[in-house]
Amino acid sequence: MVNHLTSGSHFMRGNEALAEAAIVAGCRFFAAYPITPASEISEHLAKRLPQAGGIMIQMEDEIASLASVIGASWAGAKAMTATSGPGFSLMQENIGYAFMTETPCVIADIQRAGPSTGQATKCGQGDVMQARWGTHGDYASIVLSPNSVQEMFDLTVRAFNLAEEYRTPIILLADEIIAHMSEQMVVPPLEEITIVDRKKPKSTDKAFFDGDGVAPMPSVGEGFNVTVTGSTHDEFGVRFTADPKIHRVLVTRLVEKIRSNVELLADFEAVNVDNCEVGVVSYGCASRAVYEAVEMAQDRGIKVGFIRLKTIWPFPEKAVEEMAQKAKNIIVPEMNLQQVFFEVQRVVKGAARVTPVNKIGGGEMVTPEELFSVIEGSVGER
Amino acid sequence: MSKASLSSYLRDIRFPFCAGCGGTTVATVFLKAVQELGHKDFQGFVFCSGIGCASWIPSPHFKADSIHTTHGRSIPVATGVKLVRPDLKVVVFGGDGDLVGIGLSHLIHAARRNLDITVVMVNNMIYGMTGGQVAATTPMNVKTTTTPYGGFEGSLDTARLVATAGASYAARWTTAHLVQLRESIKKALVTKGFSFVEVVSQCPTAYGRRAGFKNAGEMLLWLKEQSVTFDEAEQLSERELEEKIVVGEFVSRILPTLSERIQTVLRKAKKQ
Repeated sequence: MVNHLTSGSHFMRGNEALAEAAIVAGCRFFAAYPITPASEISEHLAKRLPQAGGIMIQMEDEIASLASVIGASWAGAKAMTATSGPGFSLMQENIGYAFMTETPCVIADIQRAGPSTGQATKCGQGDVMQARWGTHGDYASIVLSPNSVQEMFDLTVRAFNLAEEYRTPIILLADEIIAHMSEQMVVPPLEEITIVDRKKPKSTDKAFFDGDGVAPMPSVGEGFNVTVTGSTHDEFGVRFTADPKIHRVLVTRLVEKIRSNVELLADFEAVNVDNCEVGVVSYGCASRAVYEAVEMAQDRGIKVGFIRLKTIWPFPEKAVEEMAQKAKNIIVPEMNLQQVFFEVQRVVKGAARVTPVNKIGGGEMVTPEELFSVIEGSVGER
Repeated sequence: MSKASLSSYLRDIRFPFCAGCGGTTVATVFLKAVQELGHKDFQGFVFCSGIGCASWIPSPHFKADSIHTTHGRSIPVATGVKLVRPDLKVVVFGGDGDLVGIGLSHLIHAARRNLDITVVMVNNMIYGMTGGQVAATTPMNVKTTTTPYGGFEGSLDTARLVATAGASYAARWTTAHLVQLRESIKKALVTKGFSFVEVVSQCPTAYGRRAGFKNAGEMLLWLKEQSVTFDEAEQLSERELEEKIVVGEFVSRILPTLSERIQTVLRKAKKQ
């Protein structure tokens, strides 16, 4: 009997909620290297995962951490690692490998202020583009962004489900503030939580890297003689290092299985988007100031719409495009120097003026007052 | 030695190795060892390998589950496989560049943990696939494409390092020691815990040409002549030993394995 967190209300830290959600989602292998502000995930799972019959091992670095997660996944386990920006950088080569070999796994990046060691204990949101473009070559990524302890739980479960469904690495892009704050969260009755498991092959199946979307995935040791390689390969996993067509077919399929499902993957909270003169697009910790700023603006008769991204990549273009049909100004608060800002600007194609609100350093968040003053100022520019 | 065909272990894909490459020898000796241990096929085996010529020995040529990983990371991938499926026999193939160049830390840590896998390292003393650059295993003064005036760094004594780090089994042979190598691989495959077999091997294309060898045969003869046993090594000075390849078993012992230790952890956790 697996030892799950009980259904009902809990008061927890974000990192603990993430760890508990992993167990609920079926994670049975976790490997990581110590790093602030993600270490509590390791510490919590070191205690809790063995109670659930799973294995936690602290590896020698982040490269080995993700590598062992990939091995565990091919051995049949749902597997995860957790890190922060510098460790996330070390993982980038194997993220590309997991994408290329269609290995389901979850990578939690608890962002802090970078680049480099930066301010290791302070919050930042500077890994948005690293999560999208960090590895080399052509690829697409699925990146989720929680903004509460509740969503650390909910989106971790979703991350495992998407990894299994799409056979691809999923990045849970959290941040120090969400990871280290404690809040109430509610665990639904376990039978109401959707758990997705990878599609398994029939005993006669031979091709595990093909199809219009996602092929069934065998595990090693099941008698399929599966060949897994990060080199360009055909549907049987056999390496072709020069054939142009096999490379085009493979990489295009891998990118398209994510790109063509942008509407299914899109996940966002939309408030007053149908009737707004000013829009706000935000995510993660920075988005927590928006609710109050929106209220302050509405009290003064300003119609403000708000899109909060729960999936950052693939970018939910349609929702932002639609907002730009109503709002003449779109404000993008984030704890970095304009990462999602440029994406919003690209998507609205000049239909709205896009204004960045950025704050970095010391873990200081954009305050509701600061954001409100930008909202108010933007109305004056009408 | 058994005369039975080894083709049942192989897919119908030719090995891509150059004429005279020691990789083919290592592959053949490994398959004979597996056959002599009584395995009719590779059921229950999983192969992990990284990047480089030696990593192509199992992938995709062995008719088995194989994971061809990123450069240097075959051992951590094997760690994940073994911890989830301790019932499987996990074997890593790799070259010296892969296992003691870019991936050295993983090799030491796997030995320290006494992870229950077998690692076969084909040490050709060079980066062969990329055209012959100096490696952590290239002997002093040897000319390579990146040491055109001769090498100026010391080389790593890998089998000894692995033994010191905590492995159950570590041995070194060369491609000129076919019988000893086969017996050593058999022993490694049945050893509980981390087992490591280093095979010093000839790369006539990327090493031999620039190091002054006419052909693979000449290199093989040189490997044989340079090899000394532990007893012979004791009679030599440090200076004399620099030119030599010490062959034999560096360690062979019974130690608790990582999987066994983790089972203890799981039992403790379940009581809480």
